[in-house]
Amino acid sequence: MIEWQPVILSVKVALMSLVLVSISGISLAYFIKRREFPGKAVIEALLTMPLVLPPVVTGFLLLLLIGKQGPIGRLLSETFHTQIIFTPYAAILAGAVVAFPLMYQSAKAALQGVDATLENAARTLGASNWKVFWTVTIPLSWPGLVAGLILSFSRALGEFGATIMVAGNIPGKTQTLPLAIYFAAESNDLTLAGLYVLIISAITFSAILGLNIWDKSRGGHALTKGWF
Amino acid sequence: MLTIDIRKRLAEFTLDINLSVENNILVLFGPSGCGKTTTLRCIAGLLKPDDGRIVNNDQILFSTEPQTFVPPHRRKVGYMFQEFALFPHMNVKKNIWYGAKQGDPGSELLYKRLLHLLKIEPLSNRSIERLSGGEKQRVALARALMAGPEILLLDEPLSALDGDTRLELQTELKRLQKLWNIPFILVTHDPEEAANLGDKVIFLEKGRQVSRKLPTQRLLKTAGQ
Repeated sequence: MIEWQPVILSVKVALMSLVLVSISGISLAYFIKRREFPGKAVIEALLTMPLVLPPVVTGFLLLLLIGKQGPIGRLLSETFHTQIIFTPYAAILAGAVVAFPLMYQSAKAALQGVDATLENAARTLGASNWKVFWTVTIPLSWPGLVAGLILSFSRALGEFGATIMVAGNIPGKTQTLPLAIYFAAESNDLTLAGLYVLIISAITFSAILGLNIWDKSRGGHALTKGWF
Repeated sequence: MLTIDIRKRLAEFTLDINLSVENNILVLFGPSGCGKTTTLRCIAGLLKPDDGRIVNNDQILFSTEPQTFVPPHRRKVGYMFQEFALFPHMNVKKNIWYGAKQGDPGSELLYKRLLHLLKIEPLSNRSIERLSGGEKQRVALARALMAGPEILLLDEPLSALDGDTRLELQTELKRLQKLWNIPFILVTHDPEEAANLGDKVIFLEKGRQVSRKLPTQRLLKTAGQ
């Protein structure tokens, strides 16, 4: 009998990661687009690092930060008497960190694609920056943002290396789908591993397929815009 | 009355503008790259001059001493962009209503009046991509006036249009200015347009105002003699 818990946990973790990633990715991309400051290139390179670092390295760095002796770990235990290491929250954080560059890059390309004249036109019509953002910038960059959201969700869903470093592999608590696949395969339960592989493939495939169909119906190139 | 006395360093020259506009049409005329659009952007608050002041009927919009900078959305300065800058994700009606006070009976009346004046009643539900150049121009004008501007800036408003539409809209612009009775500042590099529309024409050359007569005025004079 297949255990559904890793599937449910994975989807929950990926969705929560998506919330973190969409807020931070879009707002940082918006900020970087509008401001010039010294060290901007360095900051941009740092923001993209989790995309090119081996996930296990990202996980190790996260472990240093949120581990019991890490600065964030200590802050959490001293102020809130709690820890997130080896909890589902750490899995959410790991998913968010590895998926962040995908959202950030997509958002940056999408926001840069918005004609600045349209934003200026809105300003001269009396719209505050906030109103311009929600009524002009976001609707016009929506296709690129949706592409970023779907890529990030799929990336967070499949995260293994960073997740196992900070959330561990506690069945029923922090065991996500990729971890469940690895440990099922390791204990020679190939049927279970195969079933999980089918499930995770179906989820990510539908997400990407849905995006492609939607993109094609609009005649756009949301998925590749600004990337190639 | 709007008074402008500003300087701004640009890559090739320093923009130095000192002028005032009553409730009529002022034309800024000059070759491309002479600082016409930069002047409009400074008045609208989309660019910050290096120093000087911009005052509209006692309200300081920009000044270096004391330091004041009213952001574009609080200036009540309408701006018609060269390519009209209509929002492609909204239909005609939504574009026109963008800067209006929602739910105000006055706005509803103004909307109907603008549609009528600009002859765009049948377009209200149309999408922007299905408009001709002249129609876009009218919609952009209606949108700018719907926001209740105290000044209207027009950047090459007729350059994207063909001959007949251009003449028709020249007449309409003049009529609208008379009806609204606010300063219109219009930028163009077309001497004929400058002569037809401007109650006052200012020449710009490398960011400076120069005193010179319009080529067409000279030609007309020669022809008449």
